[in-house]
Amino acid sequence: METDTIAAISTPLGEGGIAVIRVSGPDAIAIADKIYQGKVKLSDVPTHTVHYGHIVHPETGERVDEVLVTVMRAPRTFTREDVVEISCHGGMVPVQATLEALLLSGARLAEPGEFTKRAFLNGRIDLSQAEAVIDLIRAKTDQAAKMAIQQAEGRLSRMIRRLRNDIVETLAHLAVNVDYPEYDAEELTSQFLEKRCKEILQEIDRLLQTARQGRILREGIATVIVGRPNVGKSSLMNTLTQENKAIVTDIPGTTRDVIEEYVNVRGIPLRLLDTAGIRETEDVVERIGVERSRQALAQADLVLLVLNHAEPLTDDDRKLIRLLKDYTKVVIVNKVDLPKKIDLDEVRSLIGDAPLITTSIKEEKGIDQLEEAIARLFYLGKMEIADQTYVSNTRHIHLLNQARQSVQEVLSGIEAGMPLDMVEIDLKNAWQYLGEVIGEAVAEDLIDQIFSQFCLGK
Amino acid sequence: MTYQAGEYDVIVIGAGHAGCEAALAAARMGCSTLLITLSLDTIAYMPCNPSIGGPAKGHVVREIDALGGEMAKNIDKTHIQMRMLNTGKGPAVYALRAQADKFLYQREMKKTLENEPNLELHQNMVERLIVENGQCRGVITRTGARYYSKTVVLTTGTYLRGRIIIGDLSYESGPNNQQPSINLAHHLQELGFQMVRFKTGTPPRINRKSIDTSKMEIQPGDDVPRAFSYETTEFIMDQLPCWLTHTNEKTHQIIQENLHRAPMYSGIIEGTGPRYCPSIEDKIVRFSDKNRHQVFIEPEGRETEEMYVQGLSTSLPEDVQLKVLRTIRGLEKAEMMRTGYAIEYDAIVPTQLWPSLETKLVENLFTAGQINGTSGYEEAAGQGLMAGINAARKVQGKDPIILDRSQAYIGVLIDDLVTKGTGEPYRLLTSRAEYRLLLRHDNADLRLTDLGYQIGLIPEERYRRFVAKREAIEKEIERLRNTKVRPTPEVQAILREMGTSEINNAVELASLIKRPELGYREISLISPPPEPISPEVAEQVEIQLKYEGYIKKALQQVEKMKKMEEKRIPDWVDYSKVAGISSEAREKLEKVRPISLGQASRISGVNPADISILMIHIEQGNKALKKG
Repeated sequence: METDTIAAISTPLGEGGIAVIRVSGPDAIAIADKIYQGKVKLSDVPTHTVHYGHIVHPETGERVDEVLVTVMRAPRTFTREDVVEISCHGGMVPVQATLEALLLSGARLAEPGEFTKRAFLNGRIDLSQAEAVIDLIRAKTDQAAKMAIQQAEGRLSRMIRRLRNDIVETLAHLAVNVDYPEYDAEELTSQFLEKRCKEILQEIDRLLQTARQGRILREGIATVIVGRPNVGKSSLMNTLTQENKAIVTDIPGTTRDVIEEYVNVRGIPLRLLDTAGIRETEDVVERIGVERSRQALAQADLVLLVLNHAEPLTDDDRKLIRLLKDYTKVVIVNKVDLPKKIDLDEVRSLIGDAPLITTSIKEEKGIDQLEEAIARLFYLGKMEIADQTYVSNTRHIHLLNQARQSVQEVLSGIEAGMPLDMVEIDLKNAWQYLGEVIGEAVAEDLIDQIFSQFCLGK
Repeated sequence: MTYQAGEYDVIVIGAGHAGCEAALAAARMGCSTLLITLSLDTIAYMPCNPSIGGPAKGHVVREIDALGGEMAKNIDKTHIQMRMLNTGKGPAVYALRAQADKFLYQREMKKTLENEPNLELHQNMVERLIVENGQCRGVITRTGARYYSKTVVLTTGTYLRGRIIIGDLSYESGPNNQQPSINLAHHLQELGFQMVRFKTGTPPRINRKSIDTSKMEIQPGDDVPRAFSYETTEFIMDQLPCWLTHTNEKTHQIIQENLHRAPMYSGIIEGTGPRYCPSIEDKIVRFSDKNRHQVFIEPEGRETEEMYVQGLSTSLPEDVQLKVLRTIRGLEKAEMMRTGYAIEYDAIVPTQLWPSLETKLVENLFTAGQINGTSGYEEAAGQGLMAGINAARKVQGKDPIILDRSQAYIGVLIDDLVTKGTGEPYRLLTSRAEYRLLLRHDNADLRLTDLGYQIGLIPEERYRRFVAKREAIEKEIERLRNTKVRPTPEVQAILREMGTSEINNAVELASLIKRPELGYREISLISPPPEPISPEVAEQVEIQLKYEGYIKKALQQVEKMKKMEEKRIPDWVDYSKVAGISSEAREKLEKVRPISLGQASRISGVNPADISILMIHIEQGNKALKKG
């Protein structure tokens, strides 16, 4: 009956060690195949079987997670459609990334209760259960509505509203050119539209940027501690975790290298990555170095670089500093309890405007300053932590990406010399996608705009 | 005392643009049809601007033609000039507009009606409908004649409780001092119809001999032959120009000084006027920063000196109108032949209609045109045609024809009216059509001729010509897809000459035509078709290939929409029993009673969750019915 394929995380968020993403619809298996890497092709496997493999991001080609995939073919499934269930390691990042990969590969994000709805429409569940489905849809939309109201007051909706307003003014102008060709309004030029679209694109990118920040907020700031062996990384971590007893969760990565620990530093959730790596390697002094850090760095939002106060800068130190050039970082010069051998002026000249903190973790000196520096970075930096309603959910990110794509298409249309009334179609799409983010309706406000902006008549 | 005067299949009340199309369609579909009008001298009368077409409206005229209606043919025979508008833009928004000879237009339409077999014309005023058990069975006139019929189409224009307002003068009247229809308005209310009061207006008319066109900018027609109808073969090339002039600060000052005498501001007018057609006093108040407004001077016909003053619609007192006119460049000595006025009238709330234009309240009764809250001759004619078709089909026991939003502007128009209603006189705009790219001026025949033929309004011979055209288009597109040109010196030379880059490898003609510098003409120079093709075919080939990417995108959107459109809402659905939908949605759904989930989803206030719940409710019921 339904012809599109839907996907959603079907286990409660942030709970349990495993999360399941469910995909249902005629293309469920084909879509899963696009992002699944394993010994078999999912389209070839028998129904109701489980397969080990990896999820690969369709755009970057990176491995997103290690997973178990269950393939179930219609009709013996919950929805009576082809269903694929992907069991991910519970951490929010891989789960979201897997869902994102599915959405990029042709699945649509399921509406609240939609799996159950399909199950019902396809005759899988009976009449009495249908009532429950209705309650479910209603409850979830109420929740969504509540969230929408929160967002209505938030910065996101203000920004989107402003953006939509810019777009609708342009749309109205184009519409007037078309509907009232003899009216003495200036003809909108392609140069103007191009300029406008580039501005809009920038705005959307900025919003998508906040999407990343929104995610940071919910999932913790991915933090990596790096430094040569024996500079005190392990002690720093222990101090952070012990000082701030608020360990949020501890997910043992059974097959992965990176173990995460959550700490709460002055209200900012930090997710410390590669804690296991640091713990292990501190014992085996020689075996580490830049290579290993590099892996953890790939995911880092914040880097804590530890240098040794009691030794001159080494080439490894300099290499690390260069590697961290574009990262948000705090540089910690540890072991001030020991005689100074490091050239702090050189360090300063190398690290640019990153905060530099001197500590003696052993003697618990400088920890306050370190926490202060971390907090300052985020409170005073680009991120506004007080606003909890930043673009943070996958649906919004998805819609913003679609809006972005539409604006891109306007630009390529202009480049290909298409008439403006034609590329306008993509601009209108962008406007509608943005409207969906904040739940604003469409059509009529364009007409309103036309008549308030221009003086028309016979 | 009443007497039985006759029995017909279909009775049409009103012979304006809606009524004429309705009556002709019904008669041509084989129904014995009676057309009753207040005055046989005002058939197809244009009480306001003397023009037909323009963006969206011109598209409707083409659609009417493709479905076998009359408006396109009639204007092709009676215009004084035609212009293709928007030619600097994309083909989706090209729009043809004609200036009409109003008087000729009326005469021509009257002749067509008089000569139509199955159609009788009668001058009278209908005062009541004969309604039994919720079904309309005929009409009763002021003279006591009872006419019976199986269906009735009501096209009352602005006559229902019409009231003309000029300054502080106001009196009951139809447009241009025609007699208004008062009793019928009260009768409709008695029947239970919910009515609204709308307002529209018209500018003064002036004598051509009293104005100085040398001070204005000339607006000639196109010098290439143009026609609305796909059937027209004779073109009028002897055209009259229009003229452009402007208001100025003096004009605005006089209006400002007399605003207290304008009924818009003194409170005499209660009806809601259209925003897209404001009076000059309204423009000056709302857009006070504009120091001039355009004024077009348009002939009302070839055999008259009367000129229409487009842009100066007003209900200011007569003395102010004259003063205002005479401030305008070229009109300093203008003689005002008719005074501008505002007119208020009753319309029915159009959400009381099914998409077939049959009323929900009274079966077998259809309404079309301004009574449904629209404005514009074209909007009226489009509805009239559909109401006539569906009234005839009802007589014949057939399902109604409902155009969807991806098929025709007429579909957009009717769907908007019956689904969303309207808070002001409704005018079509291209921006109301989400599939504008598919609803082009050039392809109305490709969109609708099949349907027109199926309905029985397109004669066999015309249909055969159409099919041949369609095949020629398909064949030539195929050829362009399958033919590659190699980078030979000759080809490169042609490309260079056209200012486009040379090709490196063999390229399909179909992709070459997508370059902005190239069109079908250029492609045919590089690789001529095996047999010559007509300009209409060439135009289609070019548009369909050049804009293929956009057309595909639009088609995908249509595909999505169609799925929801196909999900019918069964008659047994009782919205008061659908648990879980919001109360606003419930109220709106009960009022509109949409025929499909697609239509339901377009009602404002009905959100996706409501649609989901409704879908489940329907499925639940269907299952229960199957079991029971």
